[in-house]
Order: sequence, then C-alpha cells, then structure tokens
Amino acid sequence: MSNLNPDTNREFDVIGKRIPKLDAAQKAMGRAEYIQDIKLPGMLFGKILYCKYAHASIVKIDTSKARALAGVHAVLTGQDVPKKMKMGFYKDNPPIKKGKVCSFRDEVAAVAAISPEIAKKALDLIEIEYEELPGIFDPEKAMEKDSPLVHEYHKSNVLKLPWKLHYGDVEKAEKESDFVVEEKFTTQWVTHCCLGTSGAIALFDSNDNLTIHTNTQIPSLAQKDFLESLKAMGLENKRVRVIKPIIGGGFGSKLDTYAYEHIAILLAYACRKPVKIMFDRVEEFKATSTRQPTVIYIKQGCDKNGKLTFRDMRMILDNGAYTSWGATTPSVMMMPITSLYRVDNVKYNAKCVYTNNTYSQAMRGYGNPQATFAIESTLDMLAQKAGIDRVEIRRLNRNQPGDVTPQGFKISSCGLSECIDEVEKELTIDGPKEKGIGTGIASLIHVGGGARIYKSDGCGAILKMDDYGKVDIFTGGTDMGQGLDNITAQIVAEELGLFVEDINVVHSDTDVCPWDVGAHASRSTFVAGNAALGAAKKVKETILEYGSKLLDADPKNLVLKDRTIFVLDDPEKSMPIDKLLRKAHFSPQGKMLMADFFYDPDNENMGKEFKGNMSVTYAFGAHGVKVKVDEETGKVKVLDYVAAHDVGRAINPLLLEGQVYGGVVMGLGYALTEEVVTKDGQNMNANFRDYKLFTAKDAIRIKAPVVETYDEYGPFGAKGIGEPGCVPTAPAIANAIYDAVGVRIFDLPITPEKVLAALKEKKSATTKI
Amino acid sequence: MATNISFLLNGDKISYEIKDHWTLLHLLREEMGLIGTKEGCGNGECGACTVIVDKLAINSCLYLAIDADEKIIETIEGLASTDGTLHPLQQSFVDNGGIQCGFCSPGMIMSSKALLDENPKAGHEEIKHALAGNICRCTGYVQILDSVEAARDKGGQNE
Repeated sequence: MSNLNPDTNREFDVIGKRIPKLDAAQKAMGRAEYIQDIKLPGMLFGKILYCKYAHASIVKIDTSKARALAGVHAVLTGQDVPKKMKMGFYKDNPPIKKGKVCSFRDEVAAVAAISPEIAKKALDLIEIEYEELPGIFDPEKAMEKDSPLVHEYHKSNVLKLPWKLHYGDVEKAEKESDFVVEEKFTTQWVTHCCLGTSGAIALFDSNDNLTIHTNTQIPSLAQKDFLESLKAMGLENKRVRVIKPIIGGGFGSKLDTYAYEHIAILLAYACRKPVKIMFDRVEEFKATSTRQPTVIYIKQGCDKNGKLTFRDMRMILDNGAYTSWGATTPSVMMMPITSLYRVDNVKYNAKCVYTNNTYSQAMRGYGNPQATFAIESTLDMLAQKAGIDRVEIRRLNRNQPGDVTPQGFKISSCGLSECIDEVEKELTIDGPKEKGIGTGIASLIHVGGGARIYKSDGCGAILKMDDYGKVDIFTGGTDMGQGLDNITAQIVAEELGLFVEDINVVHSDTDVCPWDVGAHASRSTFVAGNAALGAAKKVKETILEYGSKLLDADPKNLVLKDRTIFVLDDPEKSMPIDKLLRKAHFSPQGKMLMADFFYDPDNENMGKEFKGNMSVTYAFGAHGVKVKVDEETGKVKVLDYVAAHDVGRAINPLLLEGQVYGGVVMGLGYALTEEVVTKDGQNMNANFRDYKLFTAKDAIRIKAPVVETYDEYGPFGAKGIGEPGCVPTAPAIANAIYDAVGVRIFDLPITPEKVLAALKEKKSATTKI
Repeated sequence: MATNISFLLNGDKISYEIKDHWTLLHLLREEMGLIGTKEGCGNGECGACTVIVDKLAINSCLYLAIDADEKIIETIEGLASTDGTLHPLQQSFVDNGGIQCGFCSPGMIMSSKALLDENPKAGHEEIKHALAGNICRCTGYVQILDSVEAARDKGGQNE
C-alpha cells in the first residue's frame, strides 16, 4: 500500500515513518527514572513477610521483637487490615492475610523501617506459629466432592463465573462431520519477567490525600482500587493521585493492583511518611501473578472438503488461591474459539477452580495463546485425517471482510488470507524433506480495535498549543516501553503539520491526564490514538479557521505541513503555525488553542450469551516456522520464523516490528522453554538460572511482513498489534515438530525431555507393529 | 568496616570511603546516585547492572566495591560526550529500535561496548555470545543485535 493520506491524497509526512522511540535517548544514557530510582525525602522502606506453607492456620503471631527494633516505624499484620480492604474483581484477596493462609505467596506481615536492611531484619524477628492444613494443587482434583476447601466460606472450590456458550448445534454438527479430532492439551504457568521489578511509593498529605508512585498499566482503574482501599480505611472523599514512572516492562503484569501497593498505602498511613516497597527478583517470581494455566479438552470437525463444521472446547483453569484477571481470560479465549476461521457451531465451557497454588493475572494475549495452541494443533491433525493440505484447510476456512462470527464479531477489515500468502512465500512450507527438519503454520485473531471488557473502553486526551508551535498532549494511555508516546506524537504531528519533536506526550499522572481503561487488549494505538487524533482534529479546525481569516482563503483549501499553514493552490500564501498561534493569542479576545477529546469506541459489551462486537476491528496474522529436531536429544532448534500480521496500517514500522519480534520470542519461550515449576504450591525456580528465558544466544532472525488493510475505524487505518506476536507461536512450533519427526506434543512447554519421550514411544509402537 | 578506595570513574578521579560489604552496584547507584546502572536480579543472572572494569564487562551486583580500588570503571553515564552527543552504540540502539522499556539498555550497551572496544569487527555469533548474559524481555533481541551490528559497521563513527 502506498503511504498516501486518503483525506488529502498526499504523502504522509510522519505516519508510516521509522521514527525512533522518543524516550530512547534518555534510556540509552541511563537517565530514565524507574520506580527503582525514585527517592522521596523522609522515605521509609517497606518489606513484606510471606508465609511458609501452601495452606495453614495462623495460630499465633508475635511481632513484639520486630516492633522493638531500632529504626522500625510500623509492623502490620492481618489484624491491622480493614475488613473491606480486598483486591481483585472477586474481592477474595486481602493484602495481608488473617486466620489462615492459602498459598506460599500469602502476605502475613509487613514492616516499615528507615532502611531496607532494618526492615528485613525486623521481618526475621516476627514469630508465627502455623498449623499446617492439607493442600490441594490439582484443579481437577479440587473439583471433587471430598476435596479440601481453599476458602471454606466459598463452600466450593469452583468459582461462580459464567464461562459457557453454545452457538448453533454442536451435537448435530458433530454427527454430520466426516472427520473429527478429539484431544487434551495442557498449558503451564509462565511469568512476565519484566526486567524492572515491581515497586511502589505511597505517601499521604496533611489532608490524608494519597499520592502513589507505582508501576501500573491502569492508572485510572488503579486509582479506583486505591480509593476503595482508602474508603475501607475510613478515609472517605479523599483524593488519590497515581503517578506512573517509566516502567521496566509490562506485558499485562500491571493490569491489577497488587498487595504490595495496598500494603505501601497502609504503612504510609500508619507512619505518615512516604513508604517504598521494592521487589527483589525472587519476590518478583514468587509474588507476582502468572499467565493462566489450563487443561483443555477440544473436539473439532470438518466435512469431506475440509470445511470446519464444529468446535467444542472445555477448559479447567487453575485459579490458585485468589482471583485476579486470570479467571477472566475465558472471555478472551472465546474469541479464537468462536471466531478463528469460519465455524458455525461452537461450544465452550470453562471452570475456574481454587487451589493452593499461585494465582494468575493478565499476560500478553490474555488467554488467546492457550486456546489457539489447542485449536491450531488440532486443525493440523484434522487436515491430516481429511487428507487436505494444512495451508489449504486454513485458506478454505479463513475469515473474510464482512463476516459476522457466531459470537457476533463484525469483521471489518481482514488480511488473514494475505498473511497466509506471506508465510507461504517467505517459508518453503513444502519441498524435499531433510531429516529432522519440519515446518509449521498457525494463524491468529485478536482484538485490534479496543475491547469492551469493562463498562467503558474509552480514553481521553487533552491537547494544548503554546505560542511557539509546540504541543503538550495529556493522554490517558500508558506507555510502558511499547511506544504509545511515539504513536500519539506521530498522529498529532501528522494531523497538525508539525514535527514529532514538537509534540510532548504526558502520560503518567492521574492529576493531569484524563481517564483511560488501561494499556491492555492491544488497544492503545487504536483507542488512545483515536483520542489523540480527535483532540488534534478539533485544534486543527480552529487553526484553519484563523488561517482562513489571516490568509484570506477557504479553510478547505488550507494545508498544515512543515510547521506552516499555506493555501493549497497558492502555496506562496502561507504563515508559520507558531506565528498564527501568537496572532490568535495576542489579540483582543485572544485565544489559546486547546482541545479535549474522549474517544470511546463503538464496540459492545458481551451480553449473557457472550454475544456482541467486542472490538471495533480485529487483527489477524499467520506465523510460519521451520525447526530442526535433534532425534538423539529431543532438542528443538528454530531455524526460520515468519510472522505476518494484518495491522491495518503501520504508524511506525520500526516500533511495530519491535512488538512482533518481542512477541514472537516471548511466544517461543512459552512454546519451548519457560515454566514456573512448582512443587506442592511452592515455586521451585524463582531465578533466571532456572526459569529459562531466551537469551541473545538463542536469538533468531524473524521476518515480520506487514499486511496493511487500512481499517476504516483505526487512526490513519491502524489496528492494535501489541499482543498478536505471541499468540500462535506455540502451535506453529508444535506443528513444525510434528512435521519434522512425526510426534505431537500436547503439553507446554515442549521440552527436549517431552520430545524424546514421544520419539521413544513412537519408536516402540512402530517396532511392535 | 570502612575502607578508602580510589578509582577512575568515567574519566574522573574518585576517592570514596566505602563499607567493605558494599557491591560496586550499591556504591554506584545508592551512594553515588548513578541510576543508569540497573539492578534486575542482584544475582548476576540478568546483566542489567553491567559496567566495564578495566575493559571487561562485569556484573556490578557481584563485584565488591573494595575490588574497584585502583581500577578504571566505565558506566553508562560516561558514554555520551559532554556536549550531549551520544556514543555511537547509544545512537545505534536509539535508531534501530534496540530500546523498548529500556531497563536492560544500559547493561546491554555496556556489554556491547566492551566487546567492540576489544574487537571492533566482532561477527554476529560473537555479538550474540557477548550479550548472552544480558536478558531482554521486550525486543526478542532482534533489534538489539541489529543495533550492535550497525554500530560496528559504522566503525564507531556517528553520522
């Protein structure tokens, strides 16, 4: 696609350009301030004591020695936490536990002291007597009638959540199918591994208003959570200001508020001093939440031509001991289940089950990678059973523009077909077989135009221009490294005929930035981008109005470009924009140019049957991978990777590629190496030696072809692309391994041990025959 | 125990009274306020705290400050010129998308610098090897490797 602006039919000046991240230089110089780097006058240091059992009654806590230690300002236990102070949408998680503990990460006490060392010493002086209770660690066992209860008051380990849908007639479609595949898959706990660990600083002013500096992807929703905490503490009608420093990685980990934030608030209130809680790496592994693990039962069928007839999926989710967004990932799993490829008859049912394990949260893709792993793995199996080429079966069933899926998703633009073409072009899918080498393909659908999970999917933007042609834009959107500040600046600069360096993006403070639902669901480019564009359009209208008077021309005939306003068919008639701004300001009844805009996309909340157009537009993609499997060791080496995505329009290809590359490698870790290993609820690999991330040594070349479909609702045609990179990676790998050596792994991660065991099993089965 | 040590930090002569148990990371970050050197794990596993000591890239979280006595130390703060011009590696990371959240960037750049100072013509595999101890969760390393190779190809010259 050419880089033409369809409104003016002129080349874009800023959109589509590879403009480096605006904050990259200060980060490269080591000047960027993360939560780790912030110190406030009089600040105390908080530390949290975690329990030593997966499930136990707290018989006695003695904090007297800790309180007596010089330098200790406060010691809190569950007794000090107001009854109504509970975290998570299910409200089952007090920031410090009382009476009993239900997982190893349970907080049992907290301390504030004048140094981190003294705080740690104080923790060591807290004496707790526990009475261990039987734990339950397998969600399927936890569903059994005689299973111990994680929370007695809940009366059952199964959460009361409504994840169930049935469209069409799955039973009938199954009977009428020519081919059916039925399998079980399991996926593991993986964790975000943000390089910058979690932390927060809370402080109260003399009127008991709270300011909290915290790593968050949801400044506005976090503000709401903290207001609720203040209310529980008896502090009604107070203000909460959330300040978000530069974040050392997000990936969904900061979509909920955590105990450490609420504990920092309690400690700061108890001491009336700023209190900072900073996680070390072990805490980051043990006390932040993972991706939701799953047990997946899937059945898919097709007719003799390969056309999909039905999809029937059932899942059991290990909820852990408390409830955060992990328990709501079925709402997003529904998307690929109902809408990846055309399939009319769909059934899905998911149960979230309490166990004494860690609890899960949002993580890039939000359930989509788990569901897509099962769907795309069984699609290859179905193609093989039906004797149809694996690329052809995908092409045959692909989504197309204008489709309405069984869940009611209205597919506006859709480049899935082109993405499959790109994968085929870039990766030799078929050809002479080399021993141990194979290829695999898998596709994806994801929300690309916001996601109406919450009641509002909106984002506000306030834009002001000064006398020098410079813009400050205050956006609700959150930059956490993905580059939303660039996208915002590029959109505003393009619209106002300015340069990117003329735009200052402020995105870090609820006192000055408008509301936004958060940096999730790949929504920021689309939603925050449209908010910025809306504000810029309003200001532009005023500029054109002034320009029309000053240049004596029809506003429709005026163009803003290169910091200048000029008459389109008489470019000699022009004026620098900053001069126009000064003329507008310094004249009788003068005017400063400002505008606000709140963009709430025209998408729908899903009703009781989970039907509704959740997103204004959907992103599509196809991934292809070539692997080499060492049959002696079971080790899988990735040789080549193609990740093609329909992005609507690439606002900034440099940053877009960064999102894809990063997503793919995160997906490769999910597929091959990463797992939080637990034993009876206890994390056994809370360090980077034993939690296996890809390193630079494992880095591969990734091709990331971009398909531009120009979505009519997106800012300059763009869709979201933050998450898709990690969505179909695992099934693409699993399919390639099968292609290479004829074994299929149903359980992530696909470690050499599992491949080797499957190879051995295959060999012994062959020998028997 | 306190000890007085002297070292050259980013070209400046420093004399500092340290406690013997301090790590070099603690001295730089907490005592001297040089926040560019990051702590990602405190166990020598992530490389965010990489600095250069006598031309070698080291994890400053595992290096005792007392061992810095009489050494030449380079940190991320010393790379850009005083006129604000970025070091070619810094500029290359900026231009090639090598930086997203940025938390690993100072360490990544210091490991790259130690390599290219030693071997200005380092190949792709050597670069991968030199950066193997620096974890990045954002980029998948693709644009980081691009950044180092682009800086190498320019031969240390900014444009």
